[in-house]
Formats: sequence, structure tokens, C-alpha cells
Amino acid sequence: MEFKTVLFYIFATVLIVAALRVISARNPVHAVLFLVLAFINAAGLWVLLQAEFLAMILIIVYVGAVMVLFLFVVMMLDINIERVREGFWRYLPLGAGIGILLAAEMTIVLTGRYFGLENLPNHSFPADYSNTKELARALFTEYYFPFELASMVLLVAVIAAVTLTMRSRRDTKAVDPATQISVKRADRIRLVRMAAEKEQGE
Amino acid sequence: MLNNFVLPDTLPAASEMIVCSMALLIILVDLFVSRSQRWMVSLLTILTLLGAALMTLVTADGQTTLSFGNMFVDDLLADFLKFLTYFAVIMMLIYSRSYLAERGLDKAEFYVLVLFATLGMMVMISAANFVTVYLGLELLSLSMYALVAIDRDSVRSTEAGMKYFVLGSMASGLLLYGLSMLYGATGTLEIGGVAQAVNQSEAPANLLVFGLVFTVAGIAFKLGVVPFHMWIPDVYHGAPTAVTMFLGSAPKLAAFAITMRLLVYGLFGLAMEWQQMLLIMALLSIGLGNLAAIAQTNIKRMLAYSAISHMGFMLLGLTAGVVGGQVDPFTAVNAYSSALYYVVAYVLMTLGTFAMIMLLSRSGHEAELLEDFKGLNKRSPWFAGMMLIMMFSMAGIPFFIGFFAKFSVLLATIKAGYTWVAVVAVIFSLIGAFYYLRVVKLMYFDAPVDTGPLRSDIDMRILLSINGLAVAFLGMFPDTVMSLSTTALVRSL
Repeated sequence: MEFKTVLFYIFATVLIVAALRVISARNPVHAVLFLVLAFINAAGLWVLLQAEFLAMILIIVYVGAVMVLFLFVVMMLDINIERVREGFWRYLPLGAGIGILLAAEMTIVLTGRYFGLENLPNHSFPADYSNTKELARALFTEYYFPFELASMVLLVAVIAAVTLTMRSRRDTKAVDPATQISVKRADRIRLVRMAAEKEQGE
Repeated sequence: MLNNFVLPDTLPAASEMIVCSMALLIILVDLFVSRSQRWMVSLLTILTLLGAALMTLVTADGQTTLSFGNMFVDDLLADFLKFLTYFAVIMMLIYSRSYLAERGLDKAEFYVLVLFATLGMMVMISAANFVTVYLGLELLSLSMYALVAIDRDSVRSTEAGMKYFVLGSMASGLLLYGLSMLYGATGTLEIGGVAQAVNQSEAPANLLVFGLVFTVAGIAFKLGVVPFHMWIPDVYHGAPTAVTMFLGSAPKLAAFAITMRLLVYGLFGLAMEWQQMLLIMALLSIGLGNLAAIAQTNIKRMLAYSAISHMGFMLLGLTAGVVGGQVDPFTAVNAYSSALYYVVAYVLMTLGTFAMIMLLSRSGHEAELLEDFKGLNKRSPWFAGMMLIMMFSMAGIPFFIGFFAKFSVLLATIKAGYTWVAVVAVIFSLIGAFYYLRVVKLMYFDAPVDTGPLRSDIDMRILLSINGLAVAFLGMFPDTVMSLSTTALVRSL
């Protein structure tokens, strides 16, 4: 057996075990950590397919950013594990049904001859080929204009989010010290002039 | 392919670069100016747009130049529409300055978002590739969503922003889906390449028409025509008036531009198909817009329905380009330039009308009800006159710009053989004249509710007067704008 094949089986086995543990782990923090393990193994599989850019992005974006966010959320929320697990057996048929359907569809696409998969070119690149470089070259030459525009769209999203959320709320009870010390007598007390009145019954 | 890459010619996109870099600069400038120096941000924004206008004027040579790997096109139509866009935005900024200041909305973010929205419109106007069409549209829409909701203390504004966001993203999805179908059918994202593939009928016709339907739906949403008009009244009503004015003016120019680029240029081979769709939408819009506007008591809502009917009228011009499958260049140019003229006239009238609403508004009071216009003649005869001009022009009463816009569109429709369509459109615009004239009646024959004098800045008064007189006099000399529109189209198609 070729060394690459050995690696593939190692990655694939760990990936499947980790994925199963994601749904079976009792502690949600453990489940998230198993998901991280699954992602890292999937990244390993992509490296074997010579898609090192995708592998890097998977680790940087999913493991580095999204999963850390997940961990934060899971740790902040006080999740009652017993309540979450209550419906496990009830939802199992539905979940299993969807899973089997997905697996069947993938089998049809990957093994059937209707989609002409055998006509796909068998990509094999020399050792010094870098698809990161190829992607970068395409982005910064041919697609330079839309690339810059996309960055502007992201910037607008940031500005819009800040504009809509950063504001002084009117319903908070916080006191503005500047208005507090500049208060005048007239703001607090109103002197009313009126004639003296006699008490009844005197 | 990548190794013989030549640096793109960036000169055609110089004005885009000015707007983009100045928007970035203004965010930074805002950090260093105090509250009392806010006017500097507003002034910088206006100067940016003037600079971009100057750059567009200098680089306009009437030639069609493709740049950035055929993703960006600079032709006379683009220059013309961009030039109008700058001035519509500048007018909006001047009109809304004190309105924004009174409501504490004159934040630098407002001006930056306006600049980014303008950049999005410029990209749409110059788009020569599906990718740039979509990115320009998203840049415009995202900035607009935030602008509509910018008054966070107002529930209506927030609600309008939310509605616009949800419906707008759905429309972007529709457009994207349509474009991806067209890509699947023709195998290219370049609009020129799509036109070629359609003309040589290489592409599967079913798939093309399928993609066309979704593309038309996406465009119709952006124009706000029936049955994709639901967002217009709520968003126009809920947004701060300054934003409504912005939303109702310049983006119509950009939406017209992508309609021209996608349908009239890219899918011209399918003109018989999309003309039918546009015709149905145009008639429904003219009908529903005019009838629903009668029932409104809020002038912003009334103008929203009037916007729907005006966009319907504009679409009539686009449906008259190809007659009976025969392409006659003269008829086509005539029809499309009448639609372009309509958009230009509409933008000018909309700016003036919303400026009147802002002129009557004070801090803490929005003059958005029809009642607020009661007895305006007693308070200020001059501005009552301006509003009279706007209303007459919108109703299509002769010798104002709106009359010639309607006239040229109807003429093109009749030439294309759709006489019954023209008759229906005229009947509905007669019905529509009722609610425009009601405003005039309120101004001249009713007693004022509020007798205070109008307070506003001198620059706003001058600009509003120029705007009103332009609506009046451009109507008397319609040839100036008309010949510009025609030249822009002839040199670009």
C-alpha cells in the first residue's frame, strides 16, 4: 500500500470517529472539540487531494474563527444536557432518514454513469505547484476589479453594523455628568405665588 | 493566459477611484473633527462628488472603452448617467443638511454610506459583466438598508429598514439566480459574450427564458414596479425624508442602466420575450400606482405610489423598442431614449417634491401629511408656486418637463403599434392627476393649519428655486435633454 493511501485511511477513520463523537459526546464542549478534530482531519484529506488552499482556509476560518466562536457560545450558555438529550430517540428516525437519503444521493452521483464523472480530468500536479498562488494570481489580475468591490461591500457591512448598533439609548437610566452639573435652579424647583388661604372651620 | 497579463487601463474608472478613496478618507477625517465642525464632512462629500463629476467630464471622449478584463465599460451612456447621479446626490445632500442636523442624523456615517451607495450606482452604470452588475447592486443595496434604518430611535425607520433588507435580499437572490441560469446557458459572464451567444442561438432557449424571467424579476424589484412594488410604500414612508429622497432619485438612474445593459444589450435577442413581461408590469404599475395613491393621506406614501406609476410609464418606453420581431435602429433608439428622458425628468421632479417636504419640516415635526401643505400659498407664495410646478409636472400637464416625458413615451408606444396601451396609460394618468391637483388645491384654497413662516437655509432656497424653474423651463425646451439622451444611447449601443 502506498504511503498516501495509509494516510488517507488514518485521516478518514479519525474523521468518522470524531464526527460520531460530535453527536454522541455528553459534554457540549467536548462535542465542539471533536468537531475541531473532524475539521482538521478533513483538512488533511484536502491536502492529499492537492487542494492545500482549501485546507488552510478550513483551518483558519472554521477552526480558528467559527469554532472558537462556537466554544464561547457553548461555554457562556448554561445548557442543560439532560433536556437537550431528551428527544434523542424521538428524533432519531427523522435524522437517520435524512442521513440515509443524503448517503444515497451521494452514491448515485459518485458511482452512477449519468454524470460523466469518469470524464473528469485526472489532476496531478508537480510538487512545486501551488494552487494558492494560482488563485491569488487570478484574484489580483483578472478579477482585481470585483475583488476590490467585494472588499468595499464588506467594509460597508462593517460601517452599517456599527452605525446601527452604536448609539446612545434613550431608555437607559445612565446620567450624563455634563448635564447633571450644569443644572440650574429653575430646572428643579418652580416657585408659585398664591394668596394665603384660611383653613376651613376656623 | 495569466502570464501575459497586461495591467488594466484604470483611467476610465478614475471617478470611481476618487469616490472610493474619499469615502475611506472621510471616515478618518470624522475622527478628528468635533461636533461643531460637522459641516466639514458634508462639504468634503459634496466636493468629492464635484471632483468625480469633473473627472467624468474630463475623461468623457464618447468612445466605448472596456477595461479590467472586460468587466468595466466606459461609454457615453455611462458618463451621462453618472453625471446625473452625482448631481442628484449633491442636490440631496444640500436639501437635507438642516433636516439631518435637526434630527441628529448628520453623522459622518450617513455621508460615508451615501458615498458608498453612489459608488455602487457608478459600478452598476458601468457594468459589463454579471459579476460587476451584482457587486454594484449589493454595494448600493447594503448602504441603502443601513441608511433607511439610520434613525434608530424611530420605530418606523427601523421597521422600514428591516422590511427593505428582507425583501431586498430576496430580490438580489432572484437576480443572482437568473444570472446564474444565463451563465449556465451561454457559458459566459460577460454581457457582450451573452449577447453574442443569444444572437447566434447557440444557447438552449428554455434555459435562457428561465434565466430571463428571474433576471427581469430582480430588475423589477429594484425599479419598484408591480408586482414587485410591496416594499416601496412602507420604505418611502418609514425612512427619514432625506433618505427617501435619496432612495427615490439616483438609484432609479442606476436601475435604468442595468436594465439597458442586461436586457437591451445582453438579451436583445430575446426582446420579444421580455417586452411582453415589461408591458404587463408597466400596465399593472400605472394602474395600481395611480389608484392606490388617491387613498393616501400621507404625502410620502402618496409619492411612493406615484413612483410606482412613473416607473411603469418608463417601462412602456422600453417595451416599444422592437416591433414585430423586426429591429429598426431608429425606432429602437427613439423608444429607449424616451425611457431615459423619462427617468431624468422623474429624478428632477422627485428631488424637488421631497425637498418641499423637508422645507416644511421642523425639528420634531415631519410635514409628511397632506394637511401640512394646507394654505402654503399664504405662508410662502414662491414655494407654493414651486410645489405647483412639481405637481403639474408629475401629473403631466403640458409645458412642464413631466408632460414631454409622458408624451415621448406614449409617442413611442403608439409608433410600436400599442395604441390601446397608450390609451389605458392616458386614462390612468388622468385619474392620477386627481391626487396631484389635490395638493395644489390644499395649498391655494385651504386655510393654513400652521401659520408660521418657513425657516430654511439660503442655499436650500436657491437650489429648490433652480430645481423648480428647471422643471418648468426644461419642459418648454425639451430638445436639450432629449437630444443628449439620444446621443448618449446612439453612441453607446
